[in-house]
Parts: sequence; C-alpha cells; structure tokens
Amino acid sequence: MSIKFTKDHEWVSIDGDIATVGISDYAQEQLGDVVFVEVPDVGRDLSKGDELAVVESVKAASEVYAPISGEVIEVNSELEDAPSKVNEDAFGEGWFAKIKFSNADETAEMMDEDAYKTYIEGLS
Amino acid sequence: MDDTSKTKQTALHSLHIELGAKMVPFAGYDMPVQYPAGIMKEHLHTREAVGLFDVSHMGQVIISGDGTDKAIETLIPGDIQALKPGQMRYSFLTNEAGGILDDLIVTQREDDLFVVVNADCKEQDIKILTDGLAGMATVTELNDRALVALQGPKAVDILKKFNPAVADMPFMTFRELDILGVPCFITRSGYTGEDGFEISIPNEKAVEISQAFLSEDGVEPIGLGARDSLRLEAGLCLYGHDLTDKITPVSGGLLWAISKRRREEGGFPGADVILEQIANKPDVKRVGILPEGRAPAREHTEIADMDGNIVGEVTSGGFSPSLQKPIAMGYVPLALSAVGTDIQLVVRGKFKAAKVVKMPFVEQRYYRG
Repeated sequence: MSIKFTKDHEWVSIDGDIATVGISDYAQEQLGDVVFVEVPDVGRDLSKGDELAVVESVKAASEVYAPISGEVIEVNSELEDAPSKVNEDAFGEGWFAKIKFSNADETAEMMDEDAYKTYIEGLS
Repeated sequence: MDDTSKTKQTALHSLHIELGAKMVPFAGYDMPVQYPAGIMKEHLHTREAVGLFDVSHMGQVIISGDGTDKAIETLIPGDIQALKPGQMRYSFLTNEAGGILDDLIVTQREDDLFVVVNADCKEQDIKILTDGLAGMATVTELNDRALVALQGPKAVDILKKFNPAVADMPFMTFRELDILGVPCFITRSGYTGEDGFEISIPNEKAVEISQAFLSEDGVEPIGLGARDSLRLEAGLCLYGHDLTDKITPVSGGLLWAISKRRREEGGFPGADVILEQIANKPDVKRVGILPEGRAPAREHTEIADMDGNIVGEVTSGGFSPSLQKPIAMGYVPLALSAVGTDIQLVVRGKFKAAKVVKMPFVEQRYYRG
C-alpha cells in the first residue's frame, strides 16, 4: 500500500486495484471548518478530472476532482453526519471514496509524500 | 483584485499580520477573512463573549452645514429631521426607480451628521452626497480614522472598563468619549445581531487601542468570514448581494426604516415607485430560507416552487455555526413569501426541499436601555 498526492491536494492510497481518496491536511487547513461533504453515488464511473465530491466550509464550496479513473465502489457515508472528520483526520476517517481504478498509469504522475511536501512549501 | 499593488491597507493591517490572519482582497482593501482560530470558532466566540472586528474599510463621512438634516432627506427616505443629537438611524440612498444604491447609517451629532457607508460604495456615495447637497452642505470623508467593532454579549463589560459612560448608551445612539485618552466616536451598534459598539479611532491610535481591547480576557479578533455568517444569522442585509439598485426597500423588507412622515411627504429619489409598492405590495419579497438537510445553498442558488418552476434566487446563503445547519435569504414572489411556505432549492442540479422562515435566524440581543 502506498500513498500518493495530486497537485489538487488529494491523497490516493493504493491497495491492489482499489484507490482510497481524500484531501490532504494542507487542503483541509486551507478550507477551514468543513460543514458538509457531498460524496458521489456508489457505482458511478468517473474519469480522471470529473467532479468527485463537493466540500463546503462555512464560507464556500469547493470541488474535489477524481484523481484517477474508475468506478466508485464505496463512499464514506459517515461524513454526512460528521463532516468535521475531514478536518480532524484527513488521512484517516476523513476519506471520501474508494475507486476501483482502470488505469494504473494515472498514478505515475502523482507525487510521493516528500515530493508533495516540497510542492506545498513552494506554494506559500 | 487584478492589481494587488493597488490594494489598500487599513491602519490595523500590521496587527492583522501579527495575529496570523489570512488576508484577502475585499472592496479594494487587504482584509483579514479569518484568524488562526477559524470562522466557526470566531463566530461562536462572538455569540458567547466579545469579538473585535476591523471595519476601517467602510467609509466615514461628515456632512456639515445649516439644515443638513432636511437636505439629506432629498437623497434618502430616512427620517433624519426626527433625530436628536446622539441618535442614529439605518437608511439607504435610493435611485429614481426606487432601487437601493447603498445602505448606510446616519448619526446626528451636535452640529453635523456622521455617516458610515459601505466600502464598495464609498466613492459613489460621496459623489451622490456631494452633488446632491451642493450649496447646502459640505461632505468630508474621514480618511484619518479607523473603525473597529466590539461585538458580543460581554462587549459592554469590556468597553466600560475603558470608559464607564458607554454602559448607559442604548442601541443606536452615539457619544464622543475618550478611550485611553483618545477622543473616539462611539456608537452602540453593529452587524452581528449582538449587543456591541463601533468605535471610530484616529488612525495613529488604532493599533494601540485595538491591542488594549485584545489584551482583555474574552476578546478575540474576528475576520470578515465570521462577520458574514454572524450578520446572516441576524437576518441583516449585505449590500451588493441582498440589496442592489434593482431592489426597492419594499421588496427588501426595509419599510421599518421609512417613517410615517416620510411616507406621507415623499420627496426622496424613487418615492413614487416606493410609495406605490407600499400601497399595492411589491412583486417579490426578501425572505429567510431554511434548507432541509446539511447542504448549504449559496448565493445565486435558484429557488423553485413546488412544481419546479424557477421563481427566484438566493442572495446570501451559508452554514449557520450557531444552529449547525444551513441558512439562507433570497427573493421569492409575494405569493410564496409567507412564513412556512414550502419551496425548493436547486443545489448542483438537484431539487432540495426548503421552507420560508422568519428572520432573524438567531435572536438579536440589542441593548434597548
């Protein structure tokens, strides 16, 4: 199992052909208090770059895009009642969806943790 | 802002940076949208204790001259002649179509009027006032003063430590009082629904006085993010969103700000349109909206009737930290404006159930004396 990051601040944890997707700690900090998460319907086929979820803070709504193409096989329905899990545990209980991915090559351009750290340092 | 080099700074800019604020461009100023505590905590803190807000981006204007109170009534429908020194009133500049050009607060001082206008409308308002009052009054913008707000149920306990005279001031009154030896304009007013004060301070003393407030137990700095969620819970309009030059005070639900005398006499821009709407009801009305579920309905969310016809739009919407659910306001046809009416909101293409509700969403707690 390995964890990778996208430039859009999603994390992707790969286990076999299943990718668990969430947003990074940096992203949740930038958003502030998350008050609502709209996760996709199970069974939906997503292409990389499609809207995967919507995260709402007190102030604004932000889209989260699918970092990888595939079928949504499970979503974190806990977020419906406890959206603050995204703030509290972005890499754990704050996950959004599990995607059965179709094209492993899409993970190639993602960053590992060190590369992502360097990337966000360059943003501030 | 396309050109950040032109972004202005308030006298408290360095303090915001020192406090770790996240700064954003707003109405031409670099302003704190939130501090490290975040919008949710800042909001709830203001409802429980005291929040300190920098609102220096707003325009502070003095209008002086004989008969200024009567003269300004040709530009606004507010009853300014009725104000005694030390009293203040919410009003708005209107256009010939009865639309609102800006909302503002007019304070009658001993010898002149002190007017606070929205940051975004400052230039326009000063031009309207200057042109409209030419030959009758002098309009002067106070660029040398900062404006801070102390808001919350304990605001009075804090401010009276600096000057005990503030304790007896009722809501919507003004006094010129010293804070740390500095003459300040103090009003018991605000934009949160809470008891509180707005304090106009000479720029060079703004940091010192703000730091003195912040060093008191229970006072935390609050950014524009929480200012917006606080005013929405209080059912207060944000100009440019809930009120525009296309919306009349009648549609906007602001008739309380037009006195009986002004309705009888008219004599303000758009009086014919506004008085006609008072007599025959407006086509649309501003209402409070409670969406079902947890998904916020943001500004520009379409409002539909129960048959799915689009009938209006949300003008302010977000998540209420106090109620822990989404709230909104928007405009609907008169027939759908009654409290309890079922409506629908189109959120990301899906129709979601909602209800027209009474505002404010959170009870206002003004000090009436």
